[in-house]
Amino acid sequence: MSASAVHSLWTTAADPITKIDAPKIEYGQLSPTLIVIGAAIIGVLVEAFVPRKSRYYTQMFVSVVALAAAFAAVVALAAGGYGTTKAGIAAMGAIAVDGPALFLQGTILLAGVLGVFTFAERRLDPEAHGNRVDSFAAQAASVPGSDSEKAAVKAGFTTTEVFPLLLFAIGGMLVFPAANDLLTLFIALEVFSLPLYLLCAVARRKRLMSQEAAVKYFLLGAFASAFTLFGIALLYGYAGSVKYATIAQVVDGTIGDINPALAGTMGNDVLLLIGAAMVIMGLLFKVGAVPFHMWTPDVYQGAPTPVTGFMAAATKVAAFGALLRLLYVVLPGLRWDWRPVMWAVAVVTMLGGAIVAITQTDIKRLLAYSSIAHAGFILAGVIAASPDGVSSVLFYLGAYSFVTIGAFAVVTLVRDAGGEATHLSKWAGLGRRSPLVAAVFAVFLLAFAGIPLTSGFAGKFAVFKAAAEGGAGGIVVVGVISSAIAAFFYIRVIVLMFFSEPRPEGPTVAVPSPLTMTAIGVGVAVTLVLGVAPQYFLDLAGQAGVFVR
Amino acid sequence: MSFPLLTATAVLPALGAIATAAVPAARRNAAKWLALGVSLATLVLAVIVLVRFDPDGDRYQLTESHAWIADFGVRYELGVDGIGVALVALTALLIPFIILAGWHDADPLETGNTRWRPTQGFFALILAVEAMVIISFEATDVFLFYIFFEAMLIPMYFLIGGFGDRAHEHGEETASTQRSYAAVKFLLYNLVGGLIMLAAVIGLYVVAGNFSLQEIAEARANGSLEMATSTERWLFLGFFFAFAVKAPLWPLHTWLPNAMGEATTPVAVLITAVVDKVGTFAMLRFCLQLFPEASKWATPAILVLALISIIYGALLAVGQRDIKRLVAYASISHFGFIIMGIFAMTSQGQSGATLYMVNHGISTAALMLVAGFLISRRGSRLIADYGGVQKVAPVLAGTFLIGGLATLSLPGLAPFVSEFLVLVGTFARYPVIGIIATVGIVLAALYVLVLYQRTMTGPVKAEVEGMPDLRARELVVVAPLIVLLIFLGVFPKPLTDIVDPAVEHTMSDVQKKDPQPEVEAAK
Repeated sequence: MSASAVHSLWTTAADPITKIDAPKIEYGQLSPTLIVIGAAIIGVLVEAFVPRKSRYYTQMFVSVVALAAAFAAVVALAAGGYGTTKAGIAAMGAIAVDGPALFLQGTILLAGVLGVFTFAERRLDPEAHGNRVDSFAAQAASVPGSDSEKAAVKAGFTTTEVFPLLLFAIGGMLVFPAANDLLTLFIALEVFSLPLYLLCAVARRKRLMSQEAAVKYFLLGAFASAFTLFGIALLYGYAGSVKYATIAQVVDGTIGDINPALAGTMGNDVLLLIGAAMVIMGLLFKVGAVPFHMWTPDVYQGAPTPVTGFMAAATKVAAFGALLRLLYVVLPGLRWDWRPVMWAVAVVTMLGGAIVAITQTDIKRLLAYSSIAHAGFILAGVIAASPDGVSSVLFYLGAYSFVTIGAFAVVTLVRDAGGEATHLSKWAGLGRRSPLVAAVFAVFLLAFAGIPLTSGFAGKFAVFKAAAEGGAGGIVVVGVISSAIAAFFYIRVIVLMFFSEPRPEGPTVAVPSPLTMTAIGVGVAVTLVLGVAPQYFLDLAGQAGVFVR
Repeated sequence: MSFPLLTATAVLPALGAIATAAVPAARRNAAKWLALGVSLATLVLAVIVLVRFDPDGDRYQLTESHAWIADFGVRYELGVDGIGVALVALTALLIPFIILAGWHDADPLETGNTRWRPTQGFFALILAVEAMVIISFEATDVFLFYIFFEAMLIPMYFLIGGFGDRAHEHGEETASTQRSYAAVKFLLYNLVGGLIMLAAVIGLYVVAGNFSLQEIAEARANGSLEMATSTERWLFLGFFFAFAVKAPLWPLHTWLPNAMGEATTPVAVLITAVVDKVGTFAMLRFCLQLFPEASKWATPAILVLALISIIYGALLAVGQRDIKRLVAYASISHFGFIIMGIFAMTSQGQSGATLYMVNHGISTAALMLVAGFLISRRGSRLIADYGGVQKVAPVLAGTFLIGGLATLSLPGLAPFVSEFLVLVGTFARYPVIGIIATVGIVLAALYVLVLYQRTMTGPVKAEVEGMPDLRARELVVVAPLIVLLIFLGVFPKPLTDIVDPAVEHTMSDVQKKDPQPEVEAAK
């Protein structure tokens, strides 16, 4: 920097306009995100201009093509070495294109494709006035129970806006784990959170519950966002920059030039500790770690089940990606401060999720608490603070997201007159009536429980191994104990399905279209393949385990 | 590359399980014959393994080694020593009898529902268990072993919880509740044991860097792999806990009577004669080889627990009113003997323990399967409901008696040899424990003979009147087992020839020599 940078805060503003360089954007490296966001905008235009009748198919087409194209772009980038040797910073330092980013983007996109499939399912709900309907409200804006709602149902409206909303959410999630400065992080957080709040509110059945879930999610989410933003401000005060690399340099004490405007506060550890804690808090909220988990069961239960499945899988992937990058790129110098805290969070998350799940009587709430416990297991890998830790977390996230989407897709199939029969007592004897569906769900539950030969075991082993090698043997012991507790309630569901007598007025299993079948089939296939032959994917995650800085 | 014989012994039943499960609902007899055929073919393979195995050759034979999960340091490594080969043969031998004995146990009660196919499921699960048990006997990679050690719980769980005895005395509702209770108890006990072992497995990886049994054992022996004493002890305890739950050793045994009582008789035999052997086998193979120092450190405590198992199991067997639970407690007593033999750290003790595993498998199978035939005739498991059976069904009573006498280790029947070796081996090093353990034999005579007396002798009870004798299928199940019991009782040499060299290896792992004077005296 030149000498004129003495008062850079003010002088930049005073410089002639001509001195501002046009930002350099690496379109190729950013193409996955750009494709998805572009398709989302096209989706909005489709809502505006395409006739109502053909919107559903157009939207589905646009979404699937965009996600497939974005996935192809991710694969092309990874094959081009952007995950390893050519990893670098794009978009003027705002976005990192490296192994973890590409791996997580790929996972999110695949989860997104399966998400679109479950969103588009129209064979489960009985036809309303001769129209096939999906899981979403006829008209989200109509008051539940009102005449306008009835009119909307009668007219055969469907909320095809869910597709562009989903794409926006995916777009934000793609940026989230790749964000390389705090402002991009925050914007990505909002870009994926807002569509999710909306999606939670548009269930076709039990609309009040769905709206309640959305309001809870929104209020708590906004609260967490505010924390994050405040933390970002404090970190800026500490380092004089929102760039990850610069903050890391300040933390290490290796920075050359000090911003004189902030010289008074810069390097003040109080700002650093409080700021970092607040940003991490915001991320732990998204992850659903105890004690920031309170929203999870209510939102998982109230949201339309396809949304729950997608959200449970993809949000976790994105948020853990961002958390990893923050801890490994920005705050490695602070390791001795954050590790004990994350230790404690991981322990209470594992135990809390597993213990509270035992008392649940609703399958969606049960899966919600199980997802909390899983967040704890993943945190065990985060704590390892080693490349092995990163790759184990990446692998776990990949394995977990397919199990989750598959499991929630199965939940959408079990229905009675009131829609999905999510109360556990209604699942009694399901194995007698529909052995295949029950067996598939049992596979998912066993994967959640981490039984060998499923992906859940490989993932759990990977994170525990990384944690043990990182010197966190105690975490492994707690993890093993909470796995045992968690196994109890997964097994309970299996007992219910296979060993209990079916109820006479029990639910029926709807026969889904090939869309949901694909989602479930892919879920089972990935679960078993990653369980029996995980080496290829471990390699992939292993190569992707290094962050750029 | 030669034909992967060991893989084949596990893959064949696994494929058989898939094929059996896929048989359409209406063709349930085809499923039964298919399962029986597959289990017999597996037996043929096991016999080939037995023949190809050279007792005087390398320690591990017929080895296979392939890369599997390099990231975890895991290889697909199989190999059998004399102990492994004996147990593979035992497993392959017993499964056809178990299938044959359970021929009608899983016929559906109602015929309307075409999607529910319990028969196919029952036989497919038995074959799946067989595949997993066999591969755990063959695995020489700790991780590979762990995977199947854990995974076999799932099919076992469905076998216990999903199928029960016909005509339960308390009605189907209670029976179903008790069954799922037993199944969950079985699963939770074993899962907790397995998960604690998982922590130890991860710890072992952190210490050793790979999972190959041979590599680690070698590195331990030549001193290139040092383990802190406390680390070794913790890891040993992690492994041993899982095996002690599975075996089961007092005080971790309480799942066994429930599981054996509620499961159908063939499944009960599967648990005690086959699956539980993985626990005792793994103590010999993994605990002693990987953690020799810690094994020696823990020996006194384990011997005391084993002794308690022997006496406690036998005492409770004497007090049982339920035939199946009686056999379960008798098994706990016998597993005490096996564990005592393993940790006596003498070659007779360990040879005896290995023989005991095989003989206990055969003798319990004989006794329990005949008991199952008896129970299926009367629809009750209670001893008090029987009396005078030998007058109506002499063949049944006779085979029951032979099975019982084998259980009490009558000289001339196979278990005598092994029990004698275990006691001699223990006595050589720990005379007091050996002496107390003999009480177990006396108690065994008590519970077996009282059981026989109450059910088979005396006046013929009204409900027993007209009870049919053993049918052809049942005879086919029982007769070969009894022949084997007598053969191995009179001429145990073929078995000891295979087992002894392997035991010598294990003994050298723990660097224990037999106490000299006693051995001299024994000769």
